[in-house]
Amino acid sequence: MAKFTLPANSVVKTGLKYEAADGAKRVRNVVVYRYDPDTGENPRTDTYAIDLDKCGPMVLDALITIKNEVDAGLTFRRSCREGICGSCAMNIDGGNTLACTKAIDDIKGDIRVYPLPHMPVVKDLVPDLTNFYAQHASIEPWIKTSTATPPDRERLQSKEERGRLDGLYECIMCACCSTSCPSYWWNSDRYLGPATLLAAYRWVADSRDEATGERLDELEDPFKLYRCHTIMNCAQVCPKSLNPAKAIAELKKLLVLRRG
Amino acid sequence: MTMRTPLARAKGLGAAKEGVGHWWHQRLTAVALVPLTVWFCLAVASLPGADHAALVAWIAAPVNAVLLVTLVIVTLYHGYLGVQVIMEDYVHPHWIRTTLIVTSGFAAFLLAVGAIFVILQLAFEN
Repeated sequence: MAKFTLPANSVVKTGLKYEAADGAKRVRNVVVYRYDPDTGENPRTDTYAIDLDKCGPMVLDALITIKNEVDAGLTFRRSCREGICGSCAMNIDGGNTLACTKAIDDIKGDIRVYPLPHMPVVKDLVPDLTNFYAQHASIEPWIKTSTATPPDRERLQSKEERGRLDGLYECIMCACCSTSCPSYWWNSDRYLGPATLLAAYRWVADSRDEATGERLDELEDPFKLYRCHTIMNCAQVCPKSLNPAKAIAELKKLLVLRRG
Repeated sequence: MTMRTPLARAKGLGAAKEGVGHWWHQRLTAVALVPLTVWFCLAVASLPGADHAALVAWIAAPVNAVLLVTLVIVTLYHGYLGVQVIMEDYVHPHWIRTTLIVTSGFAAFLLAVGAIFVILQLAFEN
């Protein structure tokens, strides 16, 4: 039945305030969502005043500064710090993006940092992406062929055919798009979401793949594909400037085209 | 508590192999409704002041009766398709969702039959 009350411990409370060191000139507040499942306490937002003169230019630099110098307990994922690994995806200043490519100067006022929306939170800024990865695996994101591999060369592809993969293959699976999608929020148990559907179209669009029809068969479903209502949050937040909404539209178009 | 793997849960019951018809019909009916709605609004706008007999005569005109029946069918079908999408989006318990979708389908069908009956009655009695 419909639930009209929030679950226990779901209200985010105001937490601690950490002041900047004396003599700091360019001070900015970083407001960070904190949640520790071991304490049984409500989530809270801690505020860290940091000195921008002693911090790198990106939001990730601010988080690393906080972890190194103020609060070692702050938990977040990061790896490459240059926008290619997708680990540091989080909700910054109201939008999903990568902390490593989001400049502090591009944010007005306090820098608000939350985990990716509507995912189970493991701790602080770390969401549980198990289902997200399983959905990606479910569309079998690898080449499938019946024709044997040529013994003496690669599977060939013309320049135009290769060009059709531009804007698709660059996805880094950071989950910014899927976790910004209201349809994914409400139905992520069945709706595959923009990231997985972009990956699915990447293989449908690959001229070397020989399982196009089977791939489309597996997508034709009211929930797996058709929960997309072209809300376009995916395209708006993608830190790689890709357009999952367009890929989904292409899938829908192909499903109509093959009928007649 | 489930001990199924994440992949098994993500795959679920597999693809239903339908949805494209629904999607296509929703768009076709939307396109059809553009001229039909414009026609209906212009027609209604030209009718103020008409007495009962004039209104009945307008409905009874073959072109108007045919377009009115078409408008009723397309509107209610389009509305039903839209309501189904809303239920699938927001209503999660399976039996409530199915009950609401089936009920709205029956209601739309009944409304369409009733409206068509009235239009034809007016058309053929005059």
